[in-house]
Amino acid sequence: MHPSAVNRLSGLLVLPLVGILAVFLIVPVCLIVVVSFWDYNEWDFFPAFIFDNYAYILTSPVTWATYWRTVQYTVITWVFCTSIGFTVAYFLAFHVRSQTWQIALFLVCTIPFWTSNIIRMISWIPFLGRNGIANSVLRDAGLIEEPLEWLLFSDFAVVLAFVHLYTLFMVVPVFNTLMRIDRSVIEAARDAGASGWQTLVHVVLPLSKPGLMIGSIFIVTLVMGDFITVRFMSGGQSASVGRVIANEIALLQYPAAAANAVILLATVLLIVSVMLRYVDIRKEL
Amino acid sequence: MARSASFYVLAAFFACFVLFLYGPVITIGILSFQGPRGGLTFPMNGVSLHWFFDLLEEQAVGDFWGAFRRSLLLGCMVMVTTVVVSVMGGLAFRRRFAGATVLFYLVIASLVIPSILVSLGVGLVFNVLDWEVHWSTSGFGSQLTWTLPFGLLIMFAVFNRFDRAYEEAARDLGANRWQTFQFVVLPLIAPSLIGVALFGFTLSYDEFARTLLTSGSYNTLPLEIFGMTTNVTTPVLYALGTVTTVFSLLIIVMFLVTARLMRRSADRHSRGPVS
Repeated sequence: MHPSAVNRLSGLLVLPLVGILAVFLIVPVCLIVVVSFWDYNEWDFFPAFIFDNYAYILTSPVTWATYWRTVQYTVITWVFCTSIGFTVAYFLAFHVRSQTWQIALFLVCTIPFWTSNIIRMISWIPFLGRNGIANSVLRDAGLIEEPLEWLLFSDFAVVLAFVHLYTLFMVVPVFNTLMRIDRSVIEAARDAGASGWQTLVHVVLPLSKPGLMIGSIFIVTLVMGDFITVRFMSGGQSASVGRVIANEIALLQYPAAAANAVILLATVLLIVSVMLRYVDIRKEL
Repeated sequence: MARSASFYVLAAFFACFVLFLYGPVITIGILSFQGPRGGLTFPMNGVSLHWFFDLLEEQAVGDFWGAFRRSLLLGCMVMVTTVVVSVMGGLAFRRRFAGATVLFYLVIASLVIPSILVSLGVGLVFNVLDWEVHWSTSGFGSQLTWTLPFGLLIMFAVFNRFDRAYEEAARDLGANRWQTFQFVVLPLIAPSLIGVALFGFTLSYDEFARTLLTSGSYNTLPLEIFGMTTNVTTPVLYALGTVTTVFSLLIIVMFLVTARLMRRSADRHSRGPVS
């Protein structure tokens, strides 16, 4: 086909995609940027061009504290999701030999992804509550006398829920890259005298970097932008950037929420663009 | 070949992971059968269906059935749109066209932009234009920004592995562009489309953050459930959790079985009379 005909046909085919993304992604994000310069009072917000929203956010110690807390959540969650996710994917890819079992166990790992996050959060209540399973087990074992209060509605619970919800996002891409590693490379390493551990560290781990990067992008963006897990699992006691935005929205302080959202977006996009330098997503599909 | 010690260690680790993944949900499954006087934690105070019957009484827990109906309908709308738009996009991306790279990164951006931004942004657009937010308009569009990237990435993967010889054969036999798509390409990619549909439906059915500010005065199911967590302190919450999780699992199994059957029949056809 003539190049211009290709462009015309492709243009038609992507038209709905472009339309949806324009209306529900580009325009909304642009409007957030615009509104972040607007002014507001207790009941309304209106066009203006002020930097007060940003000035307030950037000079408030609360902002820095919430960002610090959000970064802590992200790093801790990432460490757990990555180590657990890699181990699980490694087991599936290299130790499960029959393909049927591989597919079955892989599905077992992915099915929760298609169920409700809210319910998966609620399901920790009977475990972590004051009279929950964890406390009764510990008490029966004689390890504690008083029930532990920090299990539910705490930072511990927040991170636990994040790991519970998002480890799948690491398992799937890492499994995908591990399955593409040519098995003769592993054999070559063994023939050259590498121990199992050396093969893992010097061969498998470097080759699984693209999968680790894709998983990390998911986990970092999901945790950085979260507001519902933090609100629910901390019992409303901890703050994260997403929660600050959600609170400002609830108070109808849209310009303040918008300014916060712009800063969050810039942070997330910066992190992701750095990570994308280490992986070519189109090659991994 | 004998299993190494590391196999058993890793297998035990995997088993713990699966327990971690499913244990809590199974627990609320059990606790939803609490007796009428039972609480949110163990011990079980008798066994009953009390809390499931409680769900049926509409006024006791808000508009649960209405929310379920809306989520179901919205899930189907998002599913159909995701499949159609993703297939069209996937087809287009097989050739280089002007703006392909920009569009690709826009799709990635749609995936990584925090959902609260989409919620806030779409809410603002409707607010500024003085349109009323509604789950079937603003909510529908916001959810697509999350389901479309998944659908497209799956389609990219599918078309990367697609053997173009089939299409060329069809064209050599005189099929036009549309016939080639309808009779050759579509049947071959159909099992993968079930996968895209599964993503489209379930991600919409469970979506919370993107619908929060964009669903208007009628709640979808996840919003309804979240509302319940703040003011319901009885196992009826677990009963609802159990019902919708079982529903999700049924949907997932249905999709997976359909995809498997279709793949099997596609295999039979592609082998054809020659072998």
